Amino acid sequence: MSRLALLTFAMALLSACNLNAGKNLKNIESDKDNAGLKLPAGFSALVFADNIGNARHLDVNTNGDVYVSLSRVKNGGGIVCLRDEDKNGKADIIKYYGKFEGTGIKIHNGYLYFGADTVVVRYKLKEGELVPNESPEIIATGFGAQNEHATKPFTFDMAGNIYVTVGAPSNACQLQDRTKGSPGMDPCPLLKLHAGIWRFKADVLNQDQAKDGYRYATGIRNAVALTWNNVEDKLYAVQHGRDQLSQLFPKLYTDEQNAQLPAEEFLKVGDGSNFGWPYCYYDGAQRKKVLAPEYGGDGLKVGRCSANADPIMAFPGHLAPNDILFYTGKMFPEKYKNGAFIAFHGSWNRAPLPQEGYYVVFVPFKGSVPSGEWEVFASGFAGVDVVKSPNDAKHRPCGLAQGPDGSLYISDDSKGRIYRILYQSK
Amino acid sequence: MKRIVNLLIFSVLLVGVFISCQSNAEKKKVEAVNPQLLTKEVSNNLPTQAAEKVHPGKVVFDEYCLTCHQADGSGVPGMHPPLSPGSWVGKDPKELVAVLMKGLNGKVEVNGEIYNSSMPSQAELTDQEMADVLSYVRSSFGNNFDPVTAELVKKVRSGK
Repeated sequence: MSRLALLTFAMALLSACNLNAGKNLKNIESDKDNAGLKLPAGFSALVFADNIGNARHLDVNTNGDVYVSLSRVKNGGGIVCLRDEDKNGKADIIKYYGKFEGTGIKIHNGYLYFGADTVVVRYKLKEGELVPNESPEIIATGFGAQNEHATKPFTFDMAGNIYVTVGAPSNACQLQDRTKGSPGMDPCPLLKLHAGIWRFKADVLNQDQAKDGYRYATGIRNAVALTWNNVEDKLYAVQHGRDQLSQLFPKLYTDEQNAQLPAEEFLKVGDGSNFGWPYCYYDGAQRKKVLAPEYGGDGLKVGRCSANADPIMAFPGHLAPNDILFYTGKMFPEKYKNGAFIAFHGSWNRAPLPQEGYYVVFVPFKGSVPSGEWEVFASGFAGVDVVKSPNDAKHRPCGLAQGPDGSLYISDDSKGRIYRILYQSK
Repeated sequence: MKRIVNLLIFSVLLVGVFISCQSNAEKKKVEAVNPQLLTKEVSNNLPTQAAEKVHPGKVVFDEYCLTCHQADGSGVPGMHPPLSPGSWVGKDPKELVAVLMKGLNGKVEVNGEIYNSSMPSQAELTDQEMADVLSYVRSSFGNNFDPVTAELVKKVRSGK
């Protein structure tokens, strides 16, 4: 009799657990219009929060709290802290905090790290509390102010280090930036403290870029999208390629060529990697790195570029990769496991041709390299079929994060919408 | 008598010719006009595209400005400011010439939004090209500001 009771009790417990797991997703209803997005079969979307500001990157805590970085302070804060208290899938508590504005944001070892344009700081997170309430600590400083490619996104490895992108304050390292006829500086002095990824200790305060930072990789124009792949224990980044080939060198490139070139490069980054900026760019059609016209290139010459590593994948020009995430959740089908989502913010430099991008793609992986072609995963952010000018786009995908339940969060820095992508097998 | 008869015959002949001319005119019916041919015929004979002439400033804009400020002048969020009403386009032309001469680096606020980038100097443009492109921008994208003259550009450039 008691054994039966025990068995019954055990089964009741088990079924209760299963009920709860189903309940989490069952409570969440996707929006009827999927938040305006087009997704593969089985996927749906909802608006987690809307109009919160210029939402750049984001991260999700183990308790489901979401933290979003703003490129411009709003309501007195550059960090938006969001909580879904009634567990209906959408944020119902939204608080603004922090005097810094910027792009980099990530939770690491109980702290919320934030990358403003000239400093990387962290805020202590208290268990269960949504909003940090202590003064920030400075982790990395000494970054100069920049007019372009100033954002400081970052990622952490599994050995106590933080990797910070320091973009080039330049298009192609010309003496006079973006000016027709101005020569490329050779050697390019910007490579010393820019155009690469710098490594710092994650727990040491007040590290100075020049004195304490380690230049982990170089020759990367601007990697707004970077992440440490914990399964492969490697750093990956996607680069914003240079602009204005046809405007600066009309005798060498047509506007059509300018729209396609150079490729946006998906990089597997190792200690000491040199990907060739500014001397080289990747031509996706020729499948090789060629000499930039500022350095004697004519669209075909390779020259010194034979020494630089190729990307593991090349995307069409000017799509503007703004974040990358390797999926490790349990919600999405097997095909997505350990593959990469990349958010393409959308182009401006394809004009007068139509713009491209404004979608999130998926790249399947096997081990440390792609195992197939890339495919558009989520589109419809722009709200129009053809984007002629970036201003036409209603929303522009910028940041990616994975929730504890395996749902995918996408931020939009145009109107400040946070999307949540769900999957449910039929 | 003979004269009267001659006069009569002549008159009849005259009338006859007149009548036959009339009927010839009636016989020679004018064909119905083909409206398409008529349009082409008319337009070919118009003074050449006086009203549809491309603004000389548009040529300059398309080559030097469009890449960043975009074909509709709406700019790029966060990077390149728009050139629409409410932007800097309505400012004193002397200030606009200065921007073209020196370029513009760093954060600017236009219509409540922040833009940060580096606009190169356009000093290689001639006085006329500068006047043309400023006049074009000031009368496009919804703007309705006075044109800028080459004389003014020359004055600003020479430091007066």
